[in-house]
Amino acid sequence: MSRDGIKDKVAIVGVGCCQFGENWDQSPSDMIVDAAYEAYADAGIDKPQERIDAVFTGALYTQKGPHECSDALKLWKPVTMVSNYCATGTDAFRCGVMSIAAGMYDTVLVVGYDKPKDRGVSGPSVMMNGVRDLPQTPAGWFSLCAATYFAKYGAGREDLAKIAVKNHHNGTLAPKSFLKREITIDDVLNARMISWPFGLYDCAAQTDGAAAVILTRADLARGYRDDPVLVKGVTVQAGPNPQKDPTNDFLSWKPTGWAAEDVYRQVGITDPRAEIGVAQVHDCFSLTELLSYEDLGFCEKGAAKEHIAAGDFEIGGALPVNTDGGLKTFGHPTGATGVRMIYENTLQLQGRAEKRQVAGVESKLALSHNIGGHPTACGIAILGRD
Amino acid sequence: MTGVAGIQSYGAYVPRTRLPLSVIGGGRLKEGGPEKAVAWNDEDSVTMAVTAAVNCLRGLDRGAVDGVMFASTTYAFREKQAAALIAKALDLPRGIRTADFSGSLRAGTAAIRSAIDAVAAGSARNVLVIASDSRMGAPGSGLERNGGDGAVAFLVGDTDAVASLSDAYAVSDEIVDLWRGDGDRFVHSWEDRFVIQEGFTPNMIEAATGVMGKLGLTASDYASICLYAPDARSHAGVARGISAKSDQLQDALFGRLGNTGVAFAPMQLAAALESAKAGDRILVANYGDGAEALSFEVNDSIEKLADRRGVSWNLARRRVVSSYDKYLKARSLDSREWQAGGDPGLSATVHFRERDEDISFCGQKCLQCSAVQFPNQRVCETCFAKDDFEKARLSDRVGKVVTYTFDFFFPTPDPPTVVTVTEIDGARVHLQLVNVAPADTRIGLPVEFEFRRIHEAGGRPNYYWKGTPLPDTDEVD
Repeated sequence: MSRDGIKDKVAIVGVGCCQFGENWDQSPSDMIVDAAYEAYADAGIDKPQERIDAVFTGALYTQKGPHECSDALKLWKPVTMVSNYCATGTDAFRCGVMSIAAGMYDTVLVVGYDKPKDRGVSGPSVMMNGVRDLPQTPAGWFSLCAATYFAKYGAGREDLAKIAVKNHHNGTLAPKSFLKREITIDDVLNARMISWPFGLYDCAAQTDGAAAVILTRADLARGYRDDPVLVKGVTVQAGPNPQKDPTNDFLSWKPTGWAAEDVYRQVGITDPRAEIGVAQVHDCFSLTELLSYEDLGFCEKGAAKEHIAAGDFEIGGALPVNTDGGLKTFGHPTGATGVRMIYENTLQLQGRAEKRQVAGVESKLALSHNIGGHPTACGIAILGRD
Repeated sequence: MTGVAGIQSYGAYVPRTRLPLSVIGGGRLKEGGPEKAVAWNDEDSVTMAVTAAVNCLRGLDRGAVDGVMFASTTYAFREKQAAALIAKALDLPRGIRTADFSGSLRAGTAAIRSAIDAVAAGSARNVLVIASDSRMGAPGSGLERNGGDGAVAFLVGDTDAVASLSDAYAVSDEIVDLWRGDGDRFVHSWEDRFVIQEGFTPNMIEAATGVMGKLGLTASDYASICLYAPDARSHAGVARGISAKSDQLQDALFGRLGNTGVAFAPMQLAAALESAKAGDRILVANYGDGAEALSFEVNDSIEKLADRRGVSWNLARRRVVSSYDKYLKARSLDSREWQAGGDPGLSATVHFRERDEDISFCGQKCLQCSAVQFPNQRVCETCFAKDDFEKARLSDRVGKVVTYTFDFFFPTPDPPTVVTVTEIDGARVHLQLVNVAPADTRIGLPVEFEFRRIHEAGGRPNYYWKGTPLPDTDEVD
């Protein structure tokens, strides 16, 4: 493990995000162009072919590979495609950061996108290759911590429901979110059951979408913007399939804890609850967000429900989480999600988050977190101002 | 001791799901009325056969089995053997003979007699014979009311036979009474009085009296008389024709099980063995394009055979399907917008590589750290040793539930599906459970395993294992 990591070597100078939703009238290329050209404008780049040295892109559902992004943007620069389940976006970002820190490129574009709504099915896909693959739905495997966690810590569906209510509220504050509707605890508890204890509102909204980030060397950043955001740390961790891991206690997802430990060491964070001012965490299901509070060190193990009840993770609380509505209401185009979180955290750190702006966050750090697979992969990025 | 070839052990399987005849066609449920056993959407003649065989082989050495004969009219493939699949699910040795018997309701007794002949001739030592059927009666037909689903397995050998075959008598007859053509979904029948008067009754009487005549016996010499019959009325007709008294007649289980086709007469034989005493004689007469009667004599070994999961054990465990609509969904008789079959299905090469895991439900044990794991992998999950494992069969072990969920999204006629991570000898396996309600699912629940259909990707039945609560945790009515 490197001693000095990549802290403060790379800066974000432009971010962009298309409208998330069921974008029936948009192709993947349309959304990639929306997100990338918004990022160019944000960085003050009007001739991207002359300024972008390389592209790192990530998508889970693409049939076309890196060509899809390359052909949409016509930069005719090296394009690398990354695939790492729901951590795809964060991993594409990590690859872009590493390429600059290594001295390979000065300025790169990161594009995360996905177009699940072209598949003709509602909800997630089911993999089908071997016989053991099919009987698994994402709600089915992410819910496997519920029976065990509820039994040990006395939490229940009501605690999860408060997370869904919060994220629905935050979604109403984000112009590009998919769902903009307030809901109540009763709405959550009375909704159609998907996989116990997850009802419909405990599940994220799978949508189409694309998000983009422009990275450059920290010493070049002020040539683009006078308020650049620095990459403080980034990591991707892999863990065992929790379903067959003989030591798994089904009280947390191991890769989140491992990734947090690694990235906090990179950044020098010792008290995440105090040092982090805003966080976007992977809320594919309400319980995933709850477990992440604990596994990221935002509270003690088992204490999440008290902090939820106290409103600690709401905008205005001690550590606002998923200020734009999260996967739940902003939407979850798998490959885009990690990049969308970095888009939101950049806006927050620059004081550009409008109605959902977290007060005083400019002097703190912003964390984004994805977890994917069974889950077996976790990515975390931590950003900050100078 | 070496002796006359016969039956050494038996086991049965009856699906838990029972359809009250009152709901057929959309009627209201009447409690306590007649019912039939129906294979649910994850069951078919092969899955039922595997469980019956597991029950037959319980406590016995599977390595001694050197033949599998499978009898059914309802196997999913015209070309592809069921006996080989069943042998693999039972993790039997590769060096065995396997054969399918089909084409007639007589296939079950034909397989039993063939196995006994093979053992008597010295060309096999321990042959597993399984009869299983899940026939489709068209909605509204007599078969829909009278038919049932089930399976029975016998181990045939010439040492310690609990019942020896004394003699047999077969009649072959060409008659168009019942048939199901290539591609037909439902069994067709000619007018039922013709079937009974010209086909069923005279053939059955001829076969039964034929074997009794060869042995110099009459019906009164039998402790149990097991008769195939399409319904209770025709059953009584044959009984009268051979002068059998009602206390000799093995209960044909109309109104509880239903006519299980190829398995029907053999299941009655298994039921008779449950209460047989040494010296008893049992007559089995079966019908289909003629008839065949087998006369057994029960030996002293019957006293030594440990309790089997037989017909009565299975009948005592039941779950009432309260809605005809759920039955129609389970049997794919409902109208659907999407029909399975358009997709290419599972990769045959993946299936080939994963047979030990998916069909035999075998994992591996690390020879370095002794950790058991599933599925097979090159590097140990626990100690990271490479390629140092031995096979570990999980299918006959007992596991316990580590965690669970109830998946309403997984397609099934009767959601939710109970989904678990279950620990088996230390290995963690993602498994669905059957025979358990969500309210009865709990962390730590002990489970055993049954071979089931998991889905029909590619329009083919795809098989895997599921967990079922240990019997002593069952609710038995």
